[in-house]
Amino acid sequence: MLIRVNGKEEQIDQPLSLKELVLRKGLQLDRIVIEHNGVILPRSSWGSVRLTEKDTLEIVSFVGGG
Amino acid sequence: MEDLFRVGGREFQSRLLLGTGKFANYAVMKKAIEESGSDIVTVALRRVDPGSQADNILDFIPPQCTLMTNTSGARDADEAIRIARLAKAGGAGNWIKIEVVQDNKYLLPENLETLKAVEVLVKEGFVVLPYMSPDLSMARRMEDAGAAAVMPLGAPIGSNRGIKTRELVEIMVREIKVPVIVDAGIGSPSQACECMEIGCAAVLVNTAVAISENPVQMASAFRDAVMAGRRAYLSGIPEKGGLSGAASSPLTGFLSDEK
Repeated sequence: MLIRVNGKEEQIDQPLSLKELVLRKGLQLDRIVIEHNGVILPRSSWGSVRLTEKDTLEIVSFVGGG
Repeated sequence: MEDLFRVGGREFQSRLLLGTGKFANYAVMKKAIEESGSDIVTVALRRVDPGSQADNILDFIPPQCTLMTNTSGARDADEAIRIARLAKAGGAGNWIKIEVVQDNKYLLPENLETLKAVEVLVKEGFVVLPYMSPDLSMARRMEDAGAAAVMPLGAPIGSNRGIKTRELVEIMVREIKVPVIVDAGIGSPSQACECMEIGCAAVLVNTAVAISENPVQMASAFRDAVMAGRRAYLSGIPEKGGLSGAASSPLTGFLSDEK
């Protein structure tokens, strides 16, 4: 299935939860924020959200800025 | 009487706000924040870069500092609003610096989209500080919309050119009730001092500290300059005279005979 992560298309070959996807990417859960199809999801819900075809994710974290 | 900086319903000692971009590393950034004495520190949000296992910047910001996330990267009000909500969800609190830029050459702010974002985010309970071009009527609208402060630019972001907008900012200082904070373009402590001397409530500095040869020492130089400028303003700076002199010592004859 095809999803879009941070503006780029990604092929996913098996059913995944949002949390599993993030862990697969090697991201640390406590420093990211996720918008799933335009809705910000609380961290506690990531394990129960199943990714489906054409889902759009924005995964962001804090960086230096003025 | 203690001269506290009141903004967003809170009181701060420092009138220097520090940005966290462009530092060589987070350890230096942390020391610079400490030396600056800043109580309010800005951060930004970006899409994660998978595979990069960088440290979390928030771990390097002293816990007593108030975090303010900027909306840099936003090209319109809707994007700025999204970034603000993401920042809050990410645990950065509800202080937001609205920064909407459509012009990639001069990085000048888009005042109208900025105002729209202020209107929405204030209603959502954010403490909103808009970065803006120094325009009095727009600043009044920001204030009416509930902005906690207005942040006119001194010069384009990262340009280190100083307060080129001085007279427009002075007008804002006279007419706007919320704090006027000069943001962007301040390249040296003397320039920050000048902002304070004309009555600005605070100054936000980033590049000038971060890319200096000694950011930690430069942070303390800005701290002192902002304090000096503030004290001068509160002391009442005398008006400038004309080209001729006005002696500060008595002009009565001393060694010469009267003629």
